[in-house]
Amino acid sequence: MLTQASRALIGRRLLQVVPVVVLATFIVFGLIKLLPGDVAVTLAGENATDQRIAEIRHLYGLDRSFFIQYAGWAWNALHGDLSRSLLSGEPVADEIMRCFPTTLLIVALALVFSLAIGIPLGITAATKPGTWLDGSIMGLASLGVAVPNFWLAMILVATFALTYTIFPATGSVAFSANPAEALRHAILPATALAAGGIAEVARQLRSSLVEILSSQHVRTLHAKGLAPSSILWKHGLKNVSVNLLTVAGLLANRLLAATVVVEAVFAVPGMGNLIVRAAIERDFPVVQGVVFAMVVVVIAINLLVDLLASLLDPRIGRR
Amino acid sequence: MSVATLIPTRGSAVLPLLRRLRRDRRAVVSLAVLLLIIAASLLAHWISPYSPTAQDVNNMLSPPSQSHWLGTDDLGRDTFTRLLYGASASLYAAFLAVAVAVSLGVPVGMLAGYAGGWIDDVISRVIDTMLSFPAIVLAIGVTGALGIGLTNAMIAVGIVFAPQLARLVRARTLVVRQELYVDAARCFGAPTAHILWRHVLPNAIQPVIVQVALLLAVSLLAEASLSFLGLGIQPPSVSWGAMLARAYLNMELAPEQMYPPGVAILVTALAFNTLGESMRTMLDPTMKRR
Repeated sequence: MLTQASRALIGRRLLQVVPVVVLATFIVFGLIKLLPGDVAVTLAGENATDQRIAEIRHLYGLDRSFFIQYAGWAWNALHGDLSRSLLSGEPVADEIMRCFPTTLLIVALALVFSLAIGIPLGITAATKPGTWLDGSIMGLASLGVAVPNFWLAMILVATFALTYTIFPATGSVAFSANPAEALRHAILPATALAAGGIAEVARQLRSSLVEILSSQHVRTLHAKGLAPSSILWKHGLKNVSVNLLTVAGLLANRLLAATVVVEAVFAVPGMGNLIVRAAIERDFPVVQGVVFAMVVVVIAINLLVDLLASLLDPRIGRR
Repeated sequence: MSVATLIPTRGSAVLPLLRRLRRDRRAVVSLAVLLLIIAASLLAHWISPYSPTAQDVNNMLSPPSQSHWLGTDDLGRDTFTRLLYGASASLYAAFLAVAVAVSLGVPVGMLAGYAGGWIDDVISRVIDTMLSFPAIVLAIGVTGALGIGLTNAMIAVGIVFAPQLARLVRARTLVVRQELYVDAARCFGAPTAHILWRHVLPNAIQPVIVQVALLLAVSLLAEASLSFLGLGIQPPSVSWGAMLARAYLNMELAPEQMYPPGVAILVTALAFNTLGESMRTMLDPTMKRR
């Protein structure tokens, strides 16, 4: 199984993550706290007296120093307590746990689509560089990167939910309750998200494959008479697998962000709708909680990618 | 040869790039498209006979016609006119976000790269951490704190994109500060600010220009997203994102209303991206094969 060296590596990586998470909490808390605008005034509502504002400031601990507020928040966050929503009064952590599975399903499905379609497209383009096929795939990829994904989502809704009622236009179903229905609800949002992902994967894969396929050592392989397909599979793709893994990691990060807007189109009760509503209503504990939860997920993905990369390529991380 | 000719200056970094771009057909087309859109947004008042807020109550959600080329929205406002006026808000938003990102990211990146030591360590850690934030989510959070509105939203987007530029500039600065001409300037007793402004910046600026073009596309999409979510531009002002939000509400009655602003965003983002890619290929000849 795992060698001594890989176990040591995993341990080291886990330790490296700690300061990043601490810094992330600091940035989440600081950005939202240090910006102008007095939360207490907002909370008190219009026509509030100065006394009422002062009361609210004290109630939420807003009159204490920045570091005390931060320390209190971070200590509670460490114990899974992200304080309560100002609007619903519900614990933020509970709201996040309720919304996250919906978002996760859409993002995971979009990631699967991106890789399942982007990889073959990238390989096709890279093996025939300069041809019309390569040109059209890369042209489509340029469109995929530039298209606003929530607009694509609207087109999908108009076509596949309103004109032809193949898929539901709005809402979501819990995966645990009914997996088939949950997937049916997630397919349109995931497709809208995947356009950019497919384009990104195809571009990056083509770029790194073309570089490897035109290198000296591949020319030598051709010279010694190896079949082009075996060069592609054994030497080309093996060499770009780490690249591809990195791209997939970055993509997961980007999909997680993009899903926020796409969720609004489908009125999906996920993380996106949670944070958008909170931002409009200035429900700052929820905003902080959602941003923090998403950062933790991204850091975990990055860690996973790092570890997998070092397993795929033993040269990484052992220097 | 005098010392002065050995020391590259600012003008020499940007002008050749533009001159060489003329030979790239795709870059020329992109630039032409962008200039056309900018011109259309500036001349909106003279191009269209309508006001962007004038309501034609007899023609609500009407399909394209002679009097309304792209139809009207749910309040009877001319979609073509709103597209022209929306262009200026959307482009302003994109340029504002990038301006914020440049004015934060470039100095911080230069400082980290040039100072080195613990300053570099601290800044680099912060940059790395901020890069692991999902960009638009952080922008939504910051907008919530700054208060809703187009300018606030785009300042938030700029803050979120600044680390990308800072990392790029830091990497370039690390290379440039080893160069002989920087050593020479230092030996002449030039103050640090002078070295950074006259020598480091000009030689680190080219990759920044590429990144700026690409970031303009991303910022345009961010404006559309934030305005669509109701966190950006507020009615009665109009941007392409706000038009999409309006079209979304009336999707069942008039689905064709969502195409003009969507296509406008797509074309503009595509033009910025193509321009950026062309410049990148030009700066890095090894990219040509790819």
